Amino acid sequence: MGEVNHQALRAQALEELLVEKGLLDPGAVDNIVTLYNERVGPMRGAGLVARAWTEPEFKQALLEDADAAIADYEYEGGEIQKLVVVENTPDVHNVVVCTLCSCYPWAVLGLPPKWYKDPAYRSRVVREPRAVLKEFGTELADDVEVRVWDSSAEVRYLVLPERPQGTEDLDAGDLAELVTRDSMIGVTRLR
Amino acid sequence: MDSIHDLGGKLGFGEVAPTNDPVGFLERWHGAVFAMTFSSGGTAFGSGDQFRHAIERIDPVGYLTHGYYGRWLGGLETLLLESETLTSTEIEEKVRQVDSDPAPAAARPSATPDRFTEKYRDLDARRPVDTVPRFQEGQVVVTRSTPSIGHTRLPAYARGKQGTIVALHGGWVLPDASAHGNVDRGDHLYTVAFDSGELWGEAGEPGTSTRLDLFESYLHLPAQGEAHG
Repeated sequence: MGEVNHQALRAQALEELLVEKGLLDPGAVDNIVTLYNERVGPMRGAGLVARAWTEPEFKQALLEDADAAIADYEYEGGEIQKLVVVENTPDVHNVVVCTLCSCYPWAVLGLPPKWYKDPAYRSRVVREPRAVLKEFGTELADDVEVRVWDSSAEVRYLVLPERPQGTEDLDAGDLAELVTRDSMIGVTRLR
Repeated sequence: MDSIHDLGGKLGFGEVAPTNDPVGFLERWHGAVFAMTFSSGGTAFGSGDQFRHAIERIDPVGYLTHGYYGRWLGGLETLLLESETLTSTEIEEKVRQVDSDPAPAAARPSATPDRFTEKYRDLDARRPVDTVPRFQEGQVVVTRSTPSIGHTRLPAYARGKQGTIVALHGGWVLPDASAHGNVDRGDHLYTVAFDSGELWGEAGEPGTSTRLDLFESYLHLPAQGEAHG
């Protein structure tokens, strides 16, 4: 707790100095907090997933060239200079990590959860992905291929999870409610 | 740079503790560090890679204990000092002042909301290159086997390993150059797939592979008779 207070004080000191010097817009922090707390988040990715499930042409476009497919949304929030969407199927399961830092597609998933940035996930998911997935409750059959995507450059990855069974009657709006952040990182499946 | 940030494959960190974090920043100072970092791009540092490298230069114990936004704070302060944007004397004085009067910053007027987006465009990492890509999809390549003393995006666990090109992404700024001041050098970027056996030997889980986005200058063709796995 003392450590956290110390960090907050130090951040506040830097903020005040940068504002005094005219290097930081006085409203910049509140703008950023509002942007990421209220406007950017996994609901965007969930909307893309639900649309892909219900519009085959959009799904194909998303998998072939996600940048072009989502250009019209003009998502703000950064970190999707190049977005690649990878599809989970009964035969292939995809999971995303950044072992070197914590790269993550902010504009479509929001800011990453704590576990994504912690050493346990970053160190282990490339080495023993099946074991790590089990810790998220995701048990994969031995014949399901696992592909780990280590985001080592500026390409950002979004997993297109499998559509849960029994959702044939739902529209895209209802389906989006079912899509979780973790399923789009690839550590869980939807059911 | 061989330091603790290069976590892929390291043992000893225990089980993953899944968290169901709410959307956004958990604390205001996290957002403050985030906003200051992007506002300082172009003044205190010239590229996202330079910022990443500043974080990598944090001492290993601090890297593991300060948390994600603590690492950002450390990297940011380093770059503010190195660029002579701020001095350590004025930072320490301000910390003491804030500490004695820790009232949160007063309500602030809102600023132009697209300021952040403009900064982002300045940090665009695409760098078209004139040369033809040396490698094609399906080709087998081997990664550089030696470490880098500076910033690189080739993790240690994938050094000297044989993989297959599965995608080409065009030209992007080479982080190894841009972290150290040359933000103009582009390089072809590829996605390369590595089998678990190649990366981890018998410890690798069957039926798993890892894909990395790697720059052309990290890659070469296998030497005659060089066959891994």
